Amino acid sequence: MVQIIKPAEAVQFFQNKQTIMIGGFLNCGSPELVIAEILKTNMGEWTLIANDTAYPDSNRGKLICAGKIKKAIISHIGTNPETVRKMNAGEIEIDLEPQGTLAERIRAAGAGLGGILTPVGIGTDVAKNKQIIAVDGRDYLLEKPLRADIALVYATYADRFGNLAFAGSTRNFNVLMPMAADVVIVEAENICEEPLDPNNVVVPGIFIDYIVAGGSDGAK
Amino acid sequence: MELSKDETQKIIARRVAQEFHNNDVVTLGIGLPTKAIQYLPENVEIIVQSENGVLGVGAYQDETTRDEHIINAGGMGVTINPGGCFVDSLMSFNMMRGGHIDITVLGALQVDEQGNMANWCIPGKFTPGMGGAMDLVVGTKKLIIAMEHTAKGVAKIVKQCTLPLTVAHKVNMIITEKGVFEITEQGMFLREISPYSSLDDIKNTTEADFVVELCKNAA
Repeated sequence: MVQIIKPAEAVQFFQNKQTIMIGGFLNCGSPELVIAEILKTNMGEWTLIANDTAYPDSNRGKLICAGKIKKAIISHIGTNPETVRKMNAGEIEIDLEPQGTLAERIRAAGAGLGGILTPVGIGTDVAKNKQIIAVDGRDYLLEKPLRADIALVYATYADRFGNLAFAGSTRNFNVLMPMAADVVIVEAENICEEPLDPNNVVVPGIFIDYIVAGGSDGAK
Repeated sequence: MELSKDETQKIIARRVAQEFHNNDVVTLGIGLPTKAIQYLPENVEIIVQSENGVLGVGAYQDETTRDEHIINAGGMGVTINPGGCFVDSLMSFNMMRGGHIDITVLGALQVDEQGNMANWCIPGKFTPGMGGAMDLVVGTKKLIIAMEHTAKGVAKIVKQCTLPLTVAHKVNMIITEKGVFEITEQGMFLREISPYSSLDDIKNTTEADFVVELCKNAA
């Protein structure tokens, strides 16, 4: 059984210099309440793993603007000019990854795999310093697993067993990150009294540790 | 003839739409490529995939009608068409890398005669990141680059890309307001000359080497 906590109570799981995965695609399916709480603390120097750095005034973007992020492993920063500015000024380290590769690296960690082989990035700068492995005559990049200390994700529905379900395009990285972190916190738009229909569960509750009643910048 | 930006984009979008066949699964880049949907030929229905997890993207929504749970990859509110489905990022990229997308249309900063393409980075100036573009181009059955022929008078169709590549040796077709090129293992071929251009105009504004071998039925 998972524990239902208040956003401020989630602060206790955070420390300086941790690696934090945060779900969401721009503002859609993006947790925000716990981010608002950790922004109030003096903690930082975090490594962020996420699809994008959203916008300057929303969720993950706020962490960037507040200078809390030392390094981001990310596929897109174009919607947040502050991320680009900090990168060009040397204030933040940005590791740009093809989006599908980023997703598969997180899955590899959560699925107990030693990495994945992908043709994506062969012949480009993405292949620099990476091992190339030929399988049946085709070249692939070895991409290693990506784990985090904390995963902070969104769900549209959660039950007290931690089972999660989603509306619309909110699934994105929220479905995979819970498998790849030591502490997993979900911000659920609806916490259901009755267990979710087992046919509709998208993320099994065994991956989840804590639930915060909340929502998303993108869905209030 | 001097075309406005809007006219130029319309000409390109209209020509791109001619490449779509009924039931094609299509992924469209943000901006100009997305405009092609407005010019779908009669009796052609396509299934639009969006990398953030929508298969069967429907109509755009404005601020009053949008459901914040459903966006496209550009962050715009959209609906989902009957028969569509929502997927997570893993499944979305399985579709792309796994060869399940029929046609991908993207914009580009540079394309070269070997089918290399650059669209995600101008070092020191413009670095939004590649997002899903690299995964998308690797697996698609057909890659069309839809873009204006030149950027401020500078050729974008070049002998060899100088910007960081999005993908190597993968572009099948280039559609601009001046014409249509096809890139094959045998080289780059000019297939169509737009009514708004001429062979001389194309030769003067294209840095890449190409063979003129026009399609018989071209306009």
